[in-house]
Amino acid sequence: MPEARGIRPVETPALDPTPGQTVGPFFGFALPVPGGAEIAPAGAAGAVRLHGRVLDGAGSPVPDAMVELWQSDTDGAVVQQAGSLRRSAGEFTGWGRAATDADGWYEFWTRVPGGGFFSLAVFARGLMHRLFTRAYLPTAASDPWLSTLPQDRAGTLVARAQDDGFVFDIHLQGDQETVFLDFSARDRR
Amino acid sequence: MPTVGVMTDTVRQPVDASTPDVTQAQISAQMEDAAQSYLRGLADHGRRELHPRLDYPAYRSSVLRHPTKDPVPVDPEGVELWSPVFGERDVAAVEADLTAVHAGEPLGERIVVTGRVLDAHGRPVRRQLVEVWQANASGRYAHQRDQHPAPLDPNFTGVGRCLTDDQGWYRFQTIKPGPYPWRNHRNAWRPAHIHFSLFGTEFTQRLVTQMYFPGDPLFALDPIYQSILDPAARERLIASYDHDLTQPEWATGYRWDIVLDGTRRTPTEEDVDA
Repeated sequence: MPEARGIRPVETPALDPTPGQTVGPFFGFALPVPGGAEIAPAGAAGAVRLHGRVLDGAGSPVPDAMVELWQSDTDGAVVQQAGSLRRSAGEFTGWGRAATDADGWYEFWTRVPGGGFFSLAVFARGLMHRLFTRAYLPTAASDPWLSTLPQDRAGTLVARAQDDGFVFDIHLQGDQETVFLDFSARDRR
Repeated sequence: MPTVGVMTDTVRQPVDASTPDVTQAQISAQMEDAAQSYLRGLADHGRRELHPRLDYPAYRSSVLRHPTKDPVPVDPEGVELWSPVFGERDVAAVEADLTAVHAGEPLGERIVVTGRVLDAHGRPVRRQLVEVWQANASGRYAHQRDQHPAPLDPNFTGVGRCLTDDQGWYRFQTIKPGPYPWRNHRNAWRPAHIHFSLFGTEFTQRLVTQMYFPGDPLFALDPIYQSILDPAARERLIASYDHDLTQPEWATGYRWDIVLDGTRRTPTEEDVDA
């Protein structure tokens, strides 16, 4: 049967995905690049700091994790600008990468996302497959989707305001375990 | 017991010979239990696990680093439906040749690794970043925390980048990495592998994984490889030897295609034409 013009058939994924694997302990000489976490110049007008710790199930810092940040610009626009690995001054790409330090801290300098949240991917030695989460701005805490979660769980997705920006800890496990996201659910419905 | 003493007179041993208490036999038994339980479940309900299991205690570092709650299903929105863009200014062409970084030639078996990055519908992922990192031919990383007493190679760093072309092809020239020991358990060795980092057309497709070489005798012993419980799924991580990629008097060739998870975006005309 010919399909109606302009209407696409519902597509079932034809190919199974390549499985993920842990980033392992030795990504530090390969993935982080100088300035990679400085999406906006540190301390500049309009720049904010997003930082926090990656913690394991015992509350100990994870010193060999990596966090990637992807976000809209201040006006909510999705930026499609190359240059995240070789930044040039004043150009905002919306994407950055930060390895955690010996105390488990990651740190980005960036802009406030107009879209209401920072989208994050988390990698670590001992973590089999990357995790996705969102760090919502404190002003976006009434987001309709957030309110579908139990309150204590929703709280793990809201960043805390600070003088120079926001704090957002990522708990891989434990009482305060961060809500991680499953984007593939629709494929199975 | 005396054999070891005799051996140390003639064969060099590591200075620090302390090893973890857990044996390969114990780890292998744990892996076998998980594998059997997965296959029984598959027969019962047919749900395949296409990615590694996060809770996989045979990889001991995962015990405190896996979420215990199910991930929350959500439709991607806003930026999540897009991917960051990388371009020629991010990646120099020479970064695809890991053998050309230093003045001299690295030691080891020169290889070409190439393949296509596709989405789950078979569409090519175009002009997108592919990053790799690996140990040298002796199984040693150029990373300060790698304490394996195998030689560093002054002519090999083991980091590469490239952009896929308009048909989704990537291509690296490198040397075949060696297997190496790690401290997960006593006498634990990783099969030779190259780490890959990939982006799709949507942030939800972000993937970090490892490519292996065919016929590695360490597959059955390795809890990182075995954490993918579905046998067909984990075999997707093994490249194929391809004699058509092998270059006379120069390098052997391996082919490895990568399929990223599904996208939610409506394909563009350009994608459909592919």
